Amino acid sequence: MIDVTGVQTASASPEAAAATAASKVSLRDIHLRYFTLDGETEAVRGLSLDIAPGEFVAIVGQSGCGKSTLLSLIAGILDPTEGEVLVNGTPVAGPSPTCGYMLQHDHLFEWRTILENALLGAEIMGRPKTESRDRATDLLRRYGLGEFMDHYPHQLSGGMRQRAALARTMCTNPDILLLDEPFSALDFQTRLALADEAAEILRREGKTVILVTHDISEAVSMADRVVVMSRRPGRIKAEHRIAFAAADGGFLKPFEARNQPEFGEYFNDIWGELEVHVSN
Amino acid sequence: MKEAAAPAGNNDSVAASPMYRAFLDRVKRRKRLVMVSQALLIVLFFVIWEIAPRAHWVNPMLTSYPSAIWPSFLEQIAQGTILSHTWVTLLETVIGFTISMILGIVVAIALWWWEFLYRVLDPFLVVANALPKIALVPIFYIWLGGKASIYAMAVAIAVFITILMLYSAFRETDKDKIKLVKTFGATKWQTLKKVVLPSSVPTMIAALKINVGLALVGVIVGEFQAAKEGLGYLIIYGSQIFAMDLVMTSIVILGAISTVMYLIILYVERKVTKFG
Repeated sequence: MIDVTGVQTASASPEAAAATAASKVSLRDIHLRYFTLDGETEAVRGLSLDIAPGEFVAIVGQSGCGKSTLLSLIAGILDPTEGEVLVNGTPVAGPSPTCGYMLQHDHLFEWRTILENALLGAEIMGRPKTESRDRATDLLRRYGLGEFMDHYPHQLSGGMRQRAALARTMCTNPDILLLDEPFSALDFQTRLALADEAAEILRREGKTVILVTHDISEAVSMADRVVVMSRRPGRIKAEHRIAFAAADGGFLKPFEARNQPEFGEYFNDIWGELEVHVSN
Repeated sequence: MKEAAAPAGNNDSVAASPMYRAFLDRVKRRKRLVMVSQALLIVLFFVIWEIAPRAHWVNPMLTSYPSAIWPSFLEQIAQGTILSHTWVTLLETVIGFTISMILGIVVAIALWWWEFLYRVLDPFLVVANALPKIALVPIFYIWLGGKASIYAMAVAIAVFITILMLYSAFRETDKDKIKLVKTFGATKWQTLKKVVLPSSVPTMIAALKINVGLALVGVIVGEFQAAKEGLGYLIIYGSQIFAMDLVMTSIVILGAISTVMYLIILYVERKVTKFG
């Protein structure tokens, strides 16, 4: 069923030093170890990655390979044991408004209305009230939630809730979006539709996006580049630049990308690199 | 009971079909039946209470009966004595309960804020909660005198369970919700205010419900020992002079107080959980 060609289009240590200067996000030789009473876990070992402004990078890997950890490092809610994380060329010292984080579940607060939920980030950052309110209202309208601003989350469907979560993230106007399997809790149809919508919104606004997923088709259909991570301790195993002839230098909607002839090849290459064993 | 046959009459405003109306009628009728049964149960209780002593199934000296209590109840209301006793007990309960609630929330927040503090205090809190607080009544009376020992009793009974309940609710706050506000750069204070406290509201309501009952227990037990007024005092006094109608009246009023406080909390719950 699987065609393991084992072709790696890029090595684990690319044109690092040169790229760093122009990078939006730069991870330099990151090591991360966790300590618990049961022992020491090496989560990430010597990982370097550079992401250009406006680039859409997908990170794939099996569960527990440390891919979500990378997002926490970039977001500044976790410090590496060794190495350096740079955003816009400055070391990350803590959470900053530059990065917007989206989690697997929408985590809308059930005691807040949709509008109040969308305002959460702006509120915490102490942004001006009326301005944020206008922005949130505008975003919710654009995401098709205009009529639901005063509803509570439990009154909305899964797809609508995740769109509200996107509005919450976008309301603070981050440059970099960190998406941690944001579609995986949705049913398949909603997932495809929302991936299209989200990709279009993020491309249009020229955001730099880092998407973590274990869904290879999602990664290939949305991203400019797919980074494959090894099992723990996490390292970069391979990188794939995704280009579709039909895109003609532009972008395809993820749904269209799935129908391109190159799609299957990328999928198979990455599948081979992931070393999926059902017994684990 | 073929509820499935009825159409779901939610947002789609279709004209209600006869079947749907029949369904609504059934639901309404059932609700009414429950309320009527509850009222009947109360009536039945009073009827048996009336008949049993009169038929000499039980000694009327021991139980009294409603028709004997009623005139003495009216008389005491006319004199204003029972009302003032009720007022005293009610006020003590509300104060004791408010103190327990505030103290409980503050201590639970402190434990959440400094986990080390929780680690240190945890076994002591559990033991203090398990200790039968009624054993402390004489000590409180000696240490604190009449009035203060009643409040102390109400607080002692209610506060530990409040702390333990609230702290575990705070700690069980969804880790991802906390992560979410952290990515926005939330301070610990903001995390508390925007996530931990609001998500613990259902537990606070549950604690409120338990607390009202416990504070009332504390107050009555405190009054047994220490008071010159209040329903607890009236019960002890009545039983000493063998005035069973006085004792029974006081107990019925206590039942009424519990009911009113329960209804108030139910109202608060509806207000607060509007999103539910």
